[in-house]
Amino acid sequence: MYQKNPVIGKGIDWIMVWLYVIIVTIGLLCIFSVEYRNNDNLVQSLLGFKKNYSKQLFYFGACLVLAIFILLTDSKLFTATANLSYLVGIILILATFVLGKEIKGSKSWIPLGFMNLQPVELCKIFTALALSKYLAMPETDFRKPKAQLIAAAIAFTPALFSILQGETGLALVYFAFLIPMYREGLPSGYLIAGISMSVLLVASLIFPTKTLLIAFAVIAVILIYYYRRQIRRNSRILFLIAGIWVFCSLFVGVGVPFVFKHVFKKYQADRIFSMVGVDNPFTDRSTADLGNAEEAKVKQRKSDQQNYNVKQSKIAIGSGGFMGKGFLKGTQTQGDFVPEQHTDFIFTSVGENFGFWGSSLLMLLYLGLLLRIVMIAERQRSTFSRVYAYAVAGIIFFHVAVNISVTIGLAPVIGITLPLMSYGGSSLLTFTILIFILIKLDADRQMVLR
Amino acid sequence: MLVFAGMFGVIIIQLANLQLFSSKYKIMADDQGKFRKVIYPDRGIVYDRKGKVMLQNTTIYDLMVVPNKLKGVDTASLCNILNIDTAQFVKKIVELIIKNGRSRESIFEAQLSEEKMAKLSESMYRFAPGFYMQERSVRSYPYDAAANVLGYTAEVDTNFLKKHKDEGYVSGDYAGMTGIERSYEKVLMGERGIEYWKRDNKNRLTEKLDNGKYDTAAVAGQNMHTAIDIELQELGEKLMKNKLGSIVAIDPRTGGILCMVSAPTYQPRFLTGSERRKHFSQLYRDPSLPLLNRAVNASYSPGSTFKTLQALVGLHEGVITTDFRVSCSGAFYGCGSGKPMKCLDYGTFDLRNAITISDNTYFATVMQRVINNPRYPSVDSALSAWDNYMYAFGLGHKLGVDVPTEKRGNIPTPAYFNKIYGAGKWNYCSFRSVSIGQGEVDVTPLQVANEMAYIANKGWYKIPHIVDSIDGGDKYGLLTKFKVENRAIDIPDSVFEVVHDGMQGVVDRGTGMGAKVPGIAICGKTGTVENYIRGVKQQNHSFFCGFAPRDNPRIAIMCVVENSGRFGGTYAAPIVGLMIEKYLKDSITDKGRLDKVEKLSNLNLLPPRIFREMRRLDSLDHAKDSAYLIQKGYIRIINDTLEMEDEPDLDKIDADKAKETLKENTQKKKDSLLAVKKAEALLPDKKKKPEAKDSLNN
Repeated sequence: MYQKNPVIGKGIDWIMVWLYVIIVTIGLLCIFSVEYRNNDNLVQSLLGFKKNYSKQLFYFGACLVLAIFILLTDSKLFTATANLSYLVGIILILATFVLGKEIKGSKSWIPLGFMNLQPVELCKIFTALALSKYLAMPETDFRKPKAQLIAAAIAFTPALFSILQGETGLALVYFAFLIPMYREGLPSGYLIAGISMSVLLVASLIFPTKTLLIAFAVIAVILIYYYRRQIRRNSRILFLIAGIWVFCSLFVGVGVPFVFKHVFKKYQADRIFSMVGVDNPFTDRSTADLGNAEEAKVKQRKSDQQNYNVKQSKIAIGSGGFMGKGFLKGTQTQGDFVPEQHTDFIFTSVGENFGFWGSSLLMLLYLGLLLRIVMIAERQRSTFSRVYAYAVAGIIFFHVAVNISVTIGLAPVIGITLPLMSYGGSSLLTFTILIFILIKLDADRQMVLR
Repeated sequence: MLVFAGMFGVIIIQLANLQLFSSKYKIMADDQGKFRKVIYPDRGIVYDRKGKVMLQNTTIYDLMVVPNKLKGVDTASLCNILNIDTAQFVKKIVELIIKNGRSRESIFEAQLSEEKMAKLSESMYRFAPGFYMQERSVRSYPYDAAANVLGYTAEVDTNFLKKHKDEGYVSGDYAGMTGIERSYEKVLMGERGIEYWKRDNKNRLTEKLDNGKYDTAAVAGQNMHTAIDIELQELGEKLMKNKLGSIVAIDPRTGGILCMVSAPTYQPRFLTGSERRKHFSQLYRDPSLPLLNRAVNASYSPGSTFKTLQALVGLHEGVITTDFRVSCSGAFYGCGSGKPMKCLDYGTFDLRNAITISDNTYFATVMQRVINNPRYPSVDSALSAWDNYMYAFGLGHKLGVDVPTEKRGNIPTPAYFNKIYGAGKWNYCSFRSVSIGQGEVDVTPLQVANEMAYIANKGWYKIPHIVDSIDGGDKYGLLTKFKVENRAIDIPDSVFEVVHDGMQGVVDRGTGMGAKVPGIAICGKTGTVENYIRGVKQQNHSFFCGFAPRDNPRIAIMCVVENSGRFGGTYAAPIVGLMIEKYLKDSITDKGRLDKVEKLSNLNLLPPRIFREMRRLDSLDHAKDSAYLIQKGYIRIINDTLEMEDEPDLDKIDADKAKETLKENTQKKKDSLLAVKKAEALLPDKKKKPEAKDSLNN
């Protein structure tokens, strides 16, 4: 193709393109395997656009057209319109509060007739561009807290709106922007603090509060004893230890119960607790006090339902074994046991039909894609392109890691898609645009210096 | 970079954990995603000797419902057809939803009656797609006869499952319970097929797993050809209407049973279809015991029919000759004057005439001579020798007929008398009434018929049997024993000729003239059997047995009418005459004879105790009757009908108890060893294939 049309083909990273095409094709086959039953009329379903796989095929075609348009565009356009598009994205998100169509309990969709658009999805692109643009500005000094705050504001504003819409899962994705920021010099202290916080959080969920408080006190005393000489020389260390101790105790004793009781909805709290394998201790007192067997049963059934998806997903994947059951032969897939299998749980069909080797191969494909993106990022001469590439890598990584972790029971159920594979026009469109803008930027890396 | 690789590493480790190292998900997936569906083949068809179908399969229909497709169904008219009101309808649907779920099919009404079926099929379109018919195969009886011979099938119960652990039955299956349905269960059942299906999240079967790669096809049961003449059977049942008793007819050349009537009987179709349960409990409670196959499961003293055998023994032992004469001056005084056996005709008789007029004194004398024969050192050994004759004639042990619940009857043994009187403290006079077929001797109607076949064949019999041949071969060797001629003792033909003479005399001019059929030389013997229930003398049983024609006999037959009163010649003989005529001439055409059929058929000879019992049953509550029936031993009899096998073989135990116990012990050891082995061999298999819930199968 590029021999005939050197204008488009020049400088394009074909490995990226092929990885993209392969993963989307695998996704199409998986959606097909979820929906197709032996006696279906294939031609009719493909032409009728009644089936998800035929629709997805159509979206794929549309995305390819769009990809060609992106490749034909001048890459300056992206930098030029970054802020504008970010604004449009925010407006679209705000528009959902008015125009939003309710799909599966969330109003984050805008009906477009032929498809439903989820602005939060699309806004990832705009946010990536805007963040890149901001960090690439010559006057930005990312080591200063002010720049860090502005960057954080750019990255997390859409997430905030998303949370307000009840789409916590989609909002979490915006944490992916920490990766390009880190590359651009965000102090590692933030990451260490973040990781410590999450360890603390998990600990506070698993262990009883009293045990933790005692443990913190013991650790503090041990630390003070260990650093007693330094403390004699510099009393600030003592204050530091005491401060951390007070913070941890407050976090565990007051912060976590407050958040779980008053900030999270009950189902969210339940999900998080079921994830770590503990019953939710912060249930509403009034119902807990009734405490009769009937009540307990109802509760049990609810939490069973929440666990049902993950259980079915694990059954489907686990039953695949090493070799898998073969394409279109998965009993769990064909029996519709896994809810939402064509969207968020598409990975289960890979796990069941192709087993461990197929799943691992897919993971390697994704890893290859990510490494390729990082490689591309590092060969960029412009900060804009580099930040953008890292943002893309971060988003894809976050999606893949969280989605697959959910299906194999490593993470609580967060409704985010598997990039390029899950059914859905919004998702596919978003990742196509993300990837092809990157390819275009990469293709033009020699041309311009931004 | 490291973060990417690290996270992916964690994911791959968890993948390996799920997919490679834990088998539990595979089992769970199979449990919910696969379904093992058992395909039931049609049971084999049973023909009579002329190729007429006696037992076959018909299709009946269950009304099925899928609750979530009920929208728009004309409920009112459906309720109208099914004779239920709307409240019942709703209740039933709710029950089914709780049981099977909304989107899964359930049986709304099983085994629709013909009437409902006819009404429904006209307007089924109004109830679709929520309702539809599902066919299933049940047994049907074109002649509605031979109920106790053919038997019935029923759902297996826990007892049955325990006994037939390794034969692949699961609860809900049907199996033959009585008659040849039971004894040829393996043949008639065929081989069940297994289909593996995929099942979806609503428990519906969607499609076959791997296009049926692992399926095994069902093989229909084998068809069987019997010796039964269904028209003869029907005639027999007609003649025995309103009587207790039985008729057994055997083809002496083959041992094939031509008819086996047990009266009262029931309509076999009562025990299939929708009203089975109701009919069964009715039959089960009936004091006349219609579920009992009297031909094999009732035993009587043979009465005078026994005299023919005594003649054979006497002649063959050489204690009498054909010209041996005995005078009867009113009774048998060979044992002194206490309680003499009366004879009916005064005078002096030779053997032929003694049989013809059934002279008690003559045969008392014959047996006295056999037992007191100086050839034998003691009365013990003499009786043992006599017993051996009886065993050779097919008495005192189970013949091995292919109808379940056969009784062995009884022939008194020296051991028995030693036990009662003490060794050496008894002699011929202690059991002299055995000589005329009363007292300690018990036979089944089948044994008497077989004994007639033995006499007709002049010294041999083949084990009587219902089934002659099996289409597709006798895979289990069930028929082999029926091909063997049993000739335990060689008695010369001349001896039989004399007995034949006497028996022909019975019909021509003796006690059995009622059996006479113009143009056929019939040999027969009457019997008037005294009997007691709990010590109270009842009306005599009327016996008649015989064979015809005298040369090249084609039918050996026996008839007993219980508690009929009068003599053997009065009721049983004419019945046998009509049966012989029907079989040998193929039909009864003479007007007078046809009238006789009707007359006999309408004759009610049910003993009054049956009516008394019926009244009792009506007035007593059910618990009391069963206690009463158990006390009488009837419940046990019924139970026997339901579970025929595993009854210990009493003959062998009698023969050598010590040896038997030894054997049993070793056998038990072997069994337990086997059981252990089997259990080991079974376990992994069971683990692999978790019990399939097959409420979907009929």
